[in-house]
Amino acid sequence: MLIKIKGSWELKENQITSLKDYISRRGFIKNAGIMGAASAASLMSSNVALAEESLSTVSNLYDGHDIMDEKTDIKAVRGYNNYYEFGMNKDNPARYAQSLVTDPWRVKVNGACENPGDYNVEDLIDFNALEERVYRMRCVEAWSMVIPWVGVSLSEVISKLKPTSNAKYVYFETLADPKQMPGLSRGIIKWPYREGLRMDEAMHPLTIMAVGLYGEKLANQNGAPMRLVVPWKYGFKGVKSIVKISFLEKEPNTSWMRLAPQEYGFYANVNPNAPHPRWSQATERRIGDFRRRDTLMFNGYGEQVASLYSGMDLKRNY
Amino acid sequence: MKNHSPRIFLHIISLIPATWLFWQMWLWYNFFPHDLTANPIEFITDFTGNWTIRFLLLTLCISPLAKLTKWRLIKYRRALGLYAFSYGLFHFLNYMVLDYFFDWMLILEDIFKRPAITFGMLAFLLLIPLAITSFKYFIKKMAANWKSLHRIIYIITISAITHNYMMVKADILIPVIHAMILSCLLALRIYFILDKKRMFKKK
Repeated sequence: MLIKIKGSWELKENQITSLKDYISRRGFIKNAGIMGAASAASLMSSNVALAEESLSTVSNLYDGHDIMDEKTDIKAVRGYNNYYEFGMNKDNPARYAQSLVTDPWRVKVNGACENPGDYNVEDLIDFNALEERVYRMRCVEAWSMVIPWVGVSLSEVISKLKPTSNAKYVYFETLADPKQMPGLSRGIIKWPYREGLRMDEAMHPLTIMAVGLYGEKLANQNGAPMRLVVPWKYGFKGVKSIVKISFLEKEPNTSWMRLAPQEYGFYANVNPNAPHPRWSQATERRIGDFRRRDTLMFNGYGEQVASLYSGMDLKRNY
Repeated sequence: MKNHSPRIFLHIISLIPATWLFWQMWLWYNFFPHDLTANPIEFITDFTGNWTIRFLLLTLCISPLAKLTKWRLIKYRRALGLYAFSYGLFHFLNYMVLDYFFDWMLILEDIFKRPAITFGMLAFLLLIPLAITSFKYFIKKMAANWKSLHRIIYIITISAITHNYMMVKADILIPVIHAMILSCLLALRIYFILDKKRMFKKK
């Protein structure tokens, strides 16, 4: 039994549309148009395949989304992805990630912790305590989605690994297997993909390790078998298909920082007042919407996370 | 009788991308399945921008190709140039209307603060006088000035490719390929100029 104090970001359960109602409503017809007939057909088949892989969540729902936020169509969530290991175009991951083998999956844990070693996903994540978290996801490219993730707080994973007092940062790596990932043949990024969080960010209750979305196991293109979700940061912080977790004393050099340090910082907090050098971050387009909407500070999670950064100049620490 | 088939062929080929895009946009508008991804406006931006640059490069191919092959191709150059302008106009309108919906604050900030957008806007604005003066009336009326005015197509193409290069997030492959093609076309022109000078010397 999981006992949780309801946070201010939560919605009452009766305010949340169930997946069944969601699918059957008019928006489904509208959005069905968006992804094309081919992907609609593949979704239907993948739904069949995934039916036995559905995940049950414990009853309470953390809910960071406003009642005005409609959940993004599952076909967009599964068909419009940035996962460069599988290609540069948004529809490449859905096409090329299908062959990724996610079972068995080993995660190497090392650094400043008491329990280093090689783990299975099940060793790190308690599948009997999964929660659904409906979060806004804001990509640094100025589009956004609302996704009902399934996972556990990262803090629960971390507490199993028992970091020592030297652990100031957590570092993650995505799988980099050229045999399974055609995108690796191009050196867009210095593979493997690297990300990291400050320890207090990692332990924050909003930060989750996700294993599913919309009540089903993660599709490969969404970062199966497990990925990070940090809702107040730009999407690229959400490192996918994690194979390595390290506890570090110093701030790690992450992938996008290496690629363009003047454009992408370690923190990458959603901030409408800190424009990307090449485009404004003041507005965003929610996938499925026609007009842009204003981007919110910390993606709307300021009440929960602003205190992590008190005293910091967020325009300098972008 | 004049043979019109090459010209008709050129128009059909040039209109294929636009026809496909209009068809897909119609599907999108009517909530039918389409191929514009989950973020159609971003897709339209990339699609129209890329076709603008391709038509600029095609326009620049005409004169060296005519010189090398002795084919009479110059008469097709205006159409290609106008297609470049048309795809550029589509790209511009997509940005102003669909993407930013006349949010002038953001648009002006983009143009003046972000060099990538400045280059793109410069390329489009410079294309306008070329499109207007591309008709026979102006060619006759402007005489020698016409040629010097239309030399700004080099500035336009360089700006457009620079704009593309600066806009992409990580994958610079396409703008780099475009830049290489442009370099070849410019190198050919330099070669022709030098060659001409040599011919004069011999005489």
